[in-house]
Amino acid sequence: MKNLKILSYSRITDDFVSLNGDLILRRSASDEPNNVARHWLSEIYSKIGMEYPKFFKMDLLCKAGTMAAELVMRSLNMVNDEVKENWAVLCFNAAGSLDDDRTYQQTIQTKENFFPSPAVFVYTLANIVSGEIAIRHHLRGESSCFVLEDFSAPVISRAFEDALDTADFGLGGWIEFDKGHCDVLICAVGTGNQAELTDFSAENLNSIYQKKY
Amino acid sequence: MICSIGDNILSPLGFTSAENWNAVCSGHSALKRYSDHFDLPEPFCASLLDWEKVEEKFAQLPNNHLENYTRLEKISILSAADAFQKAGINPAAEDVLFVLSTTKGNVELLQDLHDYEPSRPYLWRSAQLISRYFGNANEPIVVSNACISGCAALHLVKPLLQKHGFRYVAVIGADVLSKFIISGFQSFKALSPDFCRPFDADRTGLNLGEAAATIIFTEMAETKRNTIGIVASALCNDANHISAPSRTAEGLLKTLRSVMAAEKNLSASDIAFVNAHGTATRYNDDMESVALDRMGWNKLTVNSLKGYFGHTLGAAGVLETVISSHELLNGQILPTIGTQNPGTAAEIHVALQPEKTDKPLFVKMISGFGGSNAAVLFTKFLAV
Repeated sequence: MKNLKILSYSRITDDFVSLNGDLILRRSASDEPNNVARHWLSEIYSKIGMEYPKFFKMDLLCKAGTMAAELVMRSLNMVNDEVKENWAVLCFNAAGSLDDDRTYQQTIQTKENFFPSPAVFVYTLANIVSGEIAIRHHLRGESSCFVLEDFSAPVISRAFEDALDTADFGLGGWIEFDKGHCDVLICAVGTGNQAELTDFSAENLNSIYQKKY
Repeated sequence: MICSIGDNILSPLGFTSAENWNAVCSGHSALKRYSDHFDLPEPFCASLLDWEKVEEKFAQLPNNHLENYTRLEKISILSAADAFQKAGINPAAEDVLFVLSTTKGNVELLQDLHDYEPSRPYLWRSAQLISRYFGNANEPIVVSNACISGCAALHLVKPLLQKHGFRYVAVIGADVLSKFIISGFQSFKALSPDFCRPFDADRTGLNLGEAAATIIFTEMAETKRNTIGIVASALCNDANHISAPSRTAEGLLKTLRSVMAAEKNLSASDIAFVNAHGTATRYNDDMESVALDRMGWNKLTVNSLKGYFGHTLGAAGVLETVISSHELLNGQILPTIGTQNPGTAAEIHVALQPEKTDKPLFVKMISGFGGSNAAVLFTKFLAV
């Protein structure tokens, strides 16, 4: 088995953004607490200086996942136009695309107000976020999306290890957006020699997920 | 060899694999025209289950009142129950793992939750209720990878059996249709107003379908009855567009190359047929033809089952594998019904009439939203 390392990781939650264990943004307490998402995600976008017009078309799940992936790839100096054939993208969450599903449902709920929107419908699939991340970073390895009840480091690490039997690198992790709340942990996984890198294991994945900032 | 030891298809054409196989051999299609259905303003063609029949069958199952099961859960349970019976194994055993492939699960409950608990539209919840119905205590895996979900679930079987200590893996693919799904595909202009014509020069879009299908896999050195085995599988992303396939078929091509490189001595001349996705949308079918062309597989027999079942979403990869396995083992390739005059970006050989074969391999390929592509290579695994 390969000696897999966590090459870089980021967190985006309702309250903070972190990269490789360092806090980079904290949401100001004055913002509305019950539906932090929309403003907060836009604020993150401008504060991290991301420039990606497709961002504005995305649903909130994809926005959160794409920004977290951006931070990770940026810290690896990998934001470029190069096609990366052997990078896998693996996404896990509990709600699938239910946040966007509910938005779409509102457009068809009654016969009187029936305006189904293809721009909303296209995001009603749990795996679109993995597609968005693959497109942004030109990742052409395997991509898959799994739905589980809660964050589970053993399940996520098992899937990464299986994918990395063939792929050289994996990008992804827990990308949850539900009822106005987001909870994202994205990591890049691969083989690396640098001594300071954390081993990729369920235990280490769990501790970087649990860390408070 | 990782092989199937039991399978089922539950569709409008029947409640078992045998019933479905007999129906498609007779050229039956489950597609019908619907108007004023699901409270939708526009008519559509689809393959919809007869839910009174489903209820009748479900009422015959033991313990069917453990929960107030939804439509999706009922067909999944019925399908898996038949497959387990055929396999002759105990679904409650701790070395059995359930993998559910679904794109939209209980999404219809967003319209009206009825008496269900708020967690019920969550896919993991359906998977739990399905596996727990059978008394299985392992946490099931849910794969939700748009149209390729079924093949993405098949892709997990090998590591689960060979690395993670499971002796049996039950892959269940299921989706039911509702106002949500039909209206969305209509808004996307992806649905044909008429019966679909996969790979036809005049194709006008896809038809959707409802179904559940199950395959139970294990690893065996030899088999007592003829079945199919998984040789290799691959998933690849196009990294091109979230809702349009790559014009150069890059991702699908890569999956095909990958499965053919998985073992030494694999040769295209041993492939009986390729069961394509063949949705009958302009872009999908063109893309598949380009992938086959770039493989040099222009002369290989290709078919699509969408004219029989419609596009059954999360069930498609599993259901079409089961039908294809009957084709391979019976040496009989099904025609692509609905299609008269093939015409795609690259020239390929689409089966329009039944064909005979004695070759040992078939390829199931599939692509979907999110830029995802999958290919699975299967072989005959014959009784000794």
